Amino acid sequence: MNATEDSTEQSGNSLTRELTQNPLKKIWVPSSTNGLPDRHISQRKVCMTNCPTLIVTVGLPARGKTYISKKLTRYLNWIDVPTKEFNVGQYRRECVKIYKSFEFFRPDNEEGLKIRKQCALAALNDVRQFLTDEGGQVAVFDATNTTRERRETILRFAEQNGFKVFFVESVCEDPDVIAENIVQVKLGSPDYTHCNTEEAVADFMKRIKCYENSYQPLDEELDRDLSFIKIIDVGRRYLVNRVQDHIQSRIVYYLMNIHITPRSIYLCRHGESDLNIKGRIGGDSGLSARGKEFAKSLGQFIQSQNIHDLKVWTSQMKRTIQTAEAVGVPYEQWKALNEIDAGVCEELTYEEIQQRYPLEFALRDQDKYRYRYPKGESYEDLVQRLEPVIMELERQENVLVICHQAVMRCLLAYFLDKTAEELPYLKCPLHTVLKLTPMAYGCKVESVCLNVDAVNTHRDRPSNIDVSRLPEEALLTVPDHH
Amino acid sequence: DRLKFTNCPTMIVMVGLPARGKTYISKKLTRYLNWIGVPTQVFNLGQYRREVVQTYKNYEFFRPDNEEAMKIRRSCASNALKDIANYFTKEQGQVAVFDATNTTRERRGAIISFAKEKGYKVFFIESVCDDPEIIEANIMQVKLSSPDYENYDKEEALVDFLKRIDCYKMSYVPLDEEKDRHLSFIKIFNVGSRYLVNRVQDHIQSRIVYYLMNIHVTPRSIYLSRHGESELNLLGRIGGDTGLSSQGQKYAKALAEFIRGQSIKDLKVWTSHMKRTIQTAEALGVPYEQWKALNEIDAGVCEEMTYEEIQATHPEEFALRDQDKYRYRYPKGESYEDLVHRLEPVIMELERQENVLVICHQAVMRCLLAYFLDKSADDLPYLKCPLHTVLKLTPLAYGCKVESFYLNIQAVNTHRDRPTNVNVARKPEEALQTVPEHL
Repeated sequence: MNATEDSTEQSGNSLTRELTQNPLKKIWVPSSTNGLPDRHISQRKVCMTNCPTLIVTVGLPARGKTYISKKLTRYLNWIDVPTKEFNVGQYRRECVKIYKSFEFFRPDNEEGLKIRKQCALAALNDVRQFLTDEGGQVAVFDATNTTRERRETILRFAEQNGFKVFFVESVCEDPDVIAENIVQVKLGSPDYTHCNTEEAVADFMKRIKCYENSYQPLDEELDRDLSFIKIIDVGRRYLVNRVQDHIQSRIVYYLMNIHITPRSIYLCRHGESDLNIKGRIGGDSGLSARGKEFAKSLGQFIQSQNIHDLKVWTSQMKRTIQTAEAVGVPYEQWKALNEIDAGVCEELTYEEIQQRYPLEFALRDQDKYRYRYPKGESYEDLVQRLEPVIMELERQENVLVICHQAVMRCLLAYFLDKTAEELPYLKCPLHTVLKLTPMAYGCKVESVCLNVDAVNTHRDRPSNIDVSRLPEEALLTVPDHH
Repeated sequence: DRLKFTNCPTMIVMVGLPARGKTYISKKLTRYLNWIGVPTQVFNLGQYRREVVQTYKNYEFFRPDNEEAMKIRRSCASNALKDIANYFTKEQGQVAVFDATNTTRERRGAIISFAKEKGYKVFFIESVCDDPEIIEANIMQVKLSSPDYENYDKEEALVDFLKRIDCYKMSYVPLDEEKDRHLSFIKIFNVGSRYLVNRVQDHIQSRIVYYLMNIHVTPRSIYLSRHGESELNLLGRIGGDTGLSSQGQKYAKALAEFIRGQSIKDLKVWTSHMKRTIQTAEALGVPYEQWKALNEIDAGVCEEMTYEEIQATHPEEFALRDQDKYRYRYPKGESYEDLVHRLEPVIMELERQENVLVICHQAVMRCLLAYFLDKSADDLPYLKCPLHTVLKLTPLAYGCKVESFYLNIQAVNTHRDRPTNVNVARKPEEALQTVPEHL
């Protein structure tokens, strides 16, 4: 093995640098002799872009801009691209404490225009801070941005700061869709707390009118040098222009796969398994007697729900497939839904892990999301593996996903917008079905416990996560088992 | 049960004037779909015509007032459709790419009726291009070498082909946003600067759109290489995560020199997360990106074993692997089929990129190579990817030029051919017949 070189040497003449394996993520990195951060390598992260991106929504009110902004932000954060949305309406509400009526938005309302321009600039300022000083990678600027003039301002701002710009325009003339939007999200807006439904709708329609005359949609010809996607009629048709890089390509793919048709996603784990009872992690065992009972109850529950065209997905592990068998409908096996690979710790109890790998056990408690089992996976790896599952879930309508604890946590975190810190500790008990129904800007969750007993497999983070901790401290939160 | 891409066969119908890249797209898309496990075949109308009209005289064949020729061309289209139906019903095909101009609404209407009657989905791919430079470059790259122009000299061929294009222009009715709003299609403008996508019906169409939006025609090269020889390689052991042997380290240096010598513009370097590829990249002295997806195939319970040990401890598994090396999954490990699935995002990103050097592993390199060289699932696991050899792939016409560079650093051979006897009842010697030498 070559000796570690002096890091001040020219890289062109370097001998092979010594590699060490980062104990948490098991990533091989060159060891620095002088403690300086090494910029020579990078991890494959999703967002392969060399400068921050500003996504700019465009469209009349009630065209789904905020819905798209929030959903896209949720998706990007889940795949580990630090993203934040900046809703100009919110800045306006902070400035103009009380919303009186649509008159505020009249194009001849000088006072109103001044305030709205200020709010837009304030939002852009926060965008700049997020992307430049706070490590943000994508900022979603959620506003109507219906005039070419306003978009020019934004383009200049982006150019000055070295941001790429990608426009997302939503065009829709279907009165039913617009009416539904208004009912779903506008009536509940802080602007209309003191109005009744009819008044609110009437006012909002007049608000839309205020923008219509000055609306300049993105144009194939005039805007041919800009990067954008035009979404027409809620995804019936798309016009995509000049996708510049990987992240824009992923964003386009995502936007083209989402829909707003009402449906529900059911998430549950396999029935209790033989290894569950013994308190052992991983493996590929079959269902216990209670697990089989759960599978039957699940079948009955699904029947009773009368779900239209339900798709059922399982992993390729015996316990999820056995569970699906009892539901009695065709199911699809996905390898990507397999439980997290615990590597050398497969089929061990927590007590055994503490005994044989106390350091690993502690590291895991220190950063459960990024920790990778030796010869195994991390939650971070799991998310990457599950991305195609999420993409297909977005495309589908009613789906029941029978999976595993860590996998279910990752999927749930996507739907409920949980952070990487919260994700590995989400509660996903056995024998409980979660019914997720998209609602307004988020997701309604109904938890159905099918009343079949099962062991608890949830291990909370113990108070002492130090490598020097005593075994009892490490094992404090281990749930009971045989 | 794999993920079902679609529940009924799909006809992809190309649309566009000659020299707009229809055949290029047809072939590339077919190669991609087959690689990800969707049985796909191209049906090129020009080929049907060449079989009927043995010798091509000149562009007059394509004149819209040439009744005789029109009859022949219609009959060819009809035969192609018959073959497509046969491919779906008798040969388990899932996607058929109908590669022809299909420039009139009438012709497209006939195809749609045919598909409707049979229960096939239809997805149109139209390529629209007005840039005379691109068109001329296309003609030079692929038309001049067509069987049609064997007896022409270059200038004559170009003149004739341009007249051929003119024959179609008068009756060309492009797909229309309004009039064709009920059809499923993608319109590609000017080699990808803009796309119009209408009514994507299902998963496979969504994947096709994503793929088409990521490919480009900018000239570039992709370099594939394995890590330098590793310590486990020397011992004839598979998998693991060891460092480079001294020969491997020599290779890393030789690779650096080779890469410098190639003077590649803006080269990206990718490795796996395994020590041996990273050590190899380190010698290059340039930034590199680590991809977990590029990790070697997981041999599960057989990790770090020699073939002799696998035969001794898991003789049945060893035989099963020889029976179907593509689909065989190591216990608690992966199969080549799993590998392809895992590598799909790598391929997608390789399509987006320009000059890239991928430092990976034997099984991984076989999968990537199979994609670029259109190798079947049966050939893939036996592709020769020796240590210390760089493959330079350069897209050319409808395929890929391959140049192989052996950097003259000795290394063990890690290629195990399929033995003659793949029966579970075989003797150990028969199983181990093709194992390469090691310490």
